[in-house]
Amino acid sequence: MRVGVITFPGTLDDRDAARAVNLSGAQAVSLWHAEADLKAVDAVILPGGFSYGDYLRCGAISRFAPVMELVIEAAGKGMPVLGICNGFQVLCESHLLPGALTRNSDLHFLCRDVEIEITNNETVWTTSFTQGEKITIPLKNGEGSFQCDDETLAQLEDQGRVIARYVGNNPNGSRNLIAGITNERGNVVGLMPHPEHAINELTGPSAQGLGFFTSILQAMVK
Amino acid sequence: MAIIVVDVMLKPEILDPQGNAVAAALPRLGFTFAKSVRQGKRFEIEVEGDPTPAQLAEVEKAAERLLSNPVIETYCVRVEN
Amino acid sequence: MALDTVALAKASPESEQPFAELGLKPDEYARIKEILGRRPTSSELAMYSVMWSEHCSYKSSKVHLKQFGDKAPQSDALLVGIGENAGVVDVGQGYAVTFKIESHNHPSFVEPYQGAATGVGGIVRDILTMGARPVAIMDSLRFGPPDAPDTRRVLPGIVAGVGGYGNCLGLPNIGGEVSFDSSYAGNPLVNALCVGVMKHADIKLAKAAGAGNLVVLFGAKTGGDGIGGVSVLASETFGTSGATKRPSVQVGDPFVEKTLIECSLEIFAEDLVVGIQDLGGAGLSCATSELASGGSGGMKVALDRVPLRDLSLSPEEILMSESQERMCAIVEPEKLPRFLEICAKWDVTVTAIGEVTDGERLEITWNGELIVDVPPRTVAHDGPVYNRPIAQPAYIGEINSKRVDLPIPSNGEQIKAAVLKLAAAPNLADKSWVTSQYDKYVQGNTIQSHPDDSGMVRIDEKTHLGVAISTDANANWSYLNPYQGAKLALAEAARNIATAGARPLAVTNCLNFGSPEDPGVMWQFAETVRGLADGCLEMGLPVTGGNVSFYNQTGSVAILPTPVIGVLGVIQDVRTRTPMSFKTSGLDLYLLGDTYEDLAGSEWAFLHGVRVGQTPKADLAREMRLIELLLDGHKNAIFSAAHDLSQGGLSAGLTEMVLRYGVGAVITLENVGVALLSESPGRVITAIDPSMSQAVEALAVKYAITLTKIGSSGGESLIINGCDISLDELRTAHTSTFPALFG
Repeated sequence: MRVGVITFPGTLDDRDAARAVNLSGAQAVSLWHAEADLKAVDAVILPGGFSYGDYLRCGAISRFAPVMELVIEAAGKGMPVLGICNGFQVLCESHLLPGALTRNSDLHFLCRDVEIEITNNETVWTTSFTQGEKITIPLKNGEGSFQCDDETLAQLEDQGRVIARYVGNNPNGSRNLIAGITNERGNVVGLMPHPEHAINELTGPSAQGLGFFTSILQAMVK
Repeated sequence: MAIIVVDVMLKPEILDPQGNAVAAALPRLGFTFAKSVRQGKRFEIEVEGDPTPAQLAEVEKAAERLLSNPVIETYCVRVEN
Repeated sequence: MALDTVALAKASPESEQPFAELGLKPDEYARIKEILGRRPTSSELAMYSVMWSEHCSYKSSKVHLKQFGDKAPQSDALLVGIGENAGVVDVGQGYAVTFKIESHNHPSFVEPYQGAATGVGGIVRDILTMGARPVAIMDSLRFGPPDAPDTRRVLPGIVAGVGGYGNCLGLPNIGGEVSFDSSYAGNPLVNALCVGVMKHADIKLAKAAGAGNLVVLFGAKTGGDGIGGVSVLASETFGTSGATKRPSVQVGDPFVEKTLIECSLEIFAEDLVVGIQDLGGAGLSCATSELASGGSGGMKVALDRVPLRDLSLSPEEILMSESQERMCAIVEPEKLPRFLEICAKWDVTVTAIGEVTDGERLEITWNGELIVDVPPRTVAHDGPVYNRPIAQPAYIGEINSKRVDLPIPSNGEQIKAAVLKLAAAPNLADKSWVTSQYDKYVQGNTIQSHPDDSGMVRIDEKTHLGVAISTDANANWSYLNPYQGAKLALAEAARNIATAGARPLAVTNCLNFGSPEDPGVMWQFAETVRGLADGCLEMGLPVTGGNVSFYNQTGSVAILPTPVIGVLGVIQDVRTRTPMSFKTSGLDLYLLGDTYEDLAGSEWAFLHGVRVGQTPKADLAREMRLIELLLDGHKNAIFSAAHDLSQGGLSAGLTEMVLRYGVGAVITLENVGVALLSESPGRVITAIDPSMSQAVEALAVKYAITLTKIGSSGGESLIINGCDISLDELRTAHTSTFPALFG
């Protein structure tokens, strides 16, 4: 089971995502933004960071990287794709997911442990969780406020495509407390908080983030 | 009703990382026209009726004190109807 | 504008030069002429003026800083000492760690965001230059009064700048300080620390060896950043009309720095450089002269090959530009193609601008004409040295002889009011408003960060080896007694890493002072250096490097003498670290160390506007026994928690502990007012399981440290001598201050 982790110039959490993949029992495979080669991976993670400095708009430039053309094509055919933080922003800019991530409502970068509730445990990235399970993982970004039009929001809610929601205070002004969403098919997931930084209690607030990585392993083994 | 537009740009001598990143991305997408790119901010301020000279002077002051950082940025105030 | 060449300089010896405008004294200018045997060209003058500035040459501090070498303790851990970009320490298992702290005070006052951002960028490049992967940063910040309007401009900007740059580089911010005093109102302090890790074999030095090797400039293009001063040359000497206005503000591009880091590390991994230097203060002037004098001495550079962002720059300006995110490497010609390939992969601009020669001169040409021809050592190392006048300021005798007269709480109501007042005091209040703007998780190796006693990162995932760092300064004490203040700050920083179980190994420092031309300030500086050097010798800790920042004044008033001391230590297994507080009820709480009526320079005194009396006297032998006790206790898993006491004394220490994991405590104290407020040094609170009581008593006897049982953990309040303060009330007081001040 090979899980690709893409590095764009300015990607920061690639090593962390690879560590989480390896810990879950899969094999992390490093993918370079400029190479149009998915190296026969079974799934892809777009990790956090500031790709291309996040200038212009977050994720706006990465979306055109050669490797992204292949990811977009493969995602259309059902390959599991997880975008974390900046990766989520890239997925929105690529139109693999609807909506956009905008500046936090208090305009500050925010690094804090947040509690989120898993509201859809049927995507390939969330099967290890129970429906409604609450987990604590770090949130760290400056532009994490999920926004979309009313129609899209209604669609996301009606189709159960909100996969995780913040519990308690809204940390960044996201509509309907949305922390993560999926596409219609359930193979592409975008998540603002960082599960790869919650894989043990030594370096993170919990080990509860591992569920995203064990989920994909289970899904592929089946 | 009129709109007072304030454009804020980094001074030409100040490094513009955002503009540079865009300038580097354009040719990758096949757009080869750009010699350089600079990125700025645009404020649209809605006012009742035609803005008076006094009002524009106030906007100038606000542009200098709040909308721009005069240490690194310049601004330009104009009216759009 | 006419080009001032070496030939022209020889032909026109009497031509007047604006050396004074460039900050050179007449005798310094005369010395340059003597070195060269002619007048300098304008480019040479630019190089000497910037390299002989206080900032680059340490001309006022050198005679004092020598003590760090003269009094250096015997240490096997030191791999690279003072003089390189940063010191390097052996931490075992083949790993070497490099760390350094540097100031960026003045730029941060002019443009807080960019000033702080480029401060972080500069120190990170210093660490990278040693061959290390940067793994963490810390920031030590000082501001004017928290409610002053300018503090509201400066603080949010500086915090956003430290975060904006560091977060974008993917470096966890693992700690630091934020404090306030009116002396910093017109001169905030921004001291940034970076730590990096490498294998011993990968250490890189700034030297240009091997004739025929290439001088390669890579990273950002050169613009007119930070060369306000040198435009004098263009405008006055040569009378050019309409020279573009040069920005005095340097703008950082963290994205370019991030790619530069990854690119450099790939280049290092393939062993493609002979020597390397980053371009910081004094830009190319510094990099070329230091590389050349670090090697055999000869170098030729074609300055017109330097890629420019601003094509109107003159050669003098290019030599002095402080554009960020640039590096200069010495590369063997056969390795250049691979070097270029890696740069292309990371989209990093790269140009060979010259070569190492077997001569002894640094020769720089502009379109083929020789504009610089100097012995590089005279630029880089043989700058002027001043023995500035020193005089103990009058205030010392006056305030040291005064008695500290403060209200001391005694009844329950007063105790509660005092504890809450300290919990909410800006210097002691919860700093999450600041630290939540910093990424502490990236890289996945952060073990401790704010609000723990020290920052700690894991450096090997398999063996669990880690390093811990703390930065500390107590400007109140340094003002009352700079000699003791330096020793006490050193002891505190060392104690702060020992509480977690890390063994202190090495010291870095950032010495922030007023004008060296003021004999009183110079006395504060000299006493500080003497104290720090003596302290390091006594504690067996080598100083690996540091930074001096002079001319920190608000109007004509100097800042409080502020030596920020950083201590780095090593812990064999980060999983065993002692946490700073307790998570369970029923643990016994002990105070290690003695409490005296040490209120001079305390936070309680500061809150009452009292700055008189005498500081405690540092007893470093006892501090070392306490550290050994902590390490012994850690090794034998005796402590459930350990927390250093410093500013705010026991009151602040208990507040921080009970709020850390939301478990209260019941405390009984004799002479409760002084016990809570005194800031006697060398004290630690520990929590231990009752079954360990004999073990901790044995430790206290073994290391001759006073041990006092003060209470136990549990409940939802902090109860002191029956006075009940609920954790909710305490938390509200502690956490409301910053949001109320800064939004």
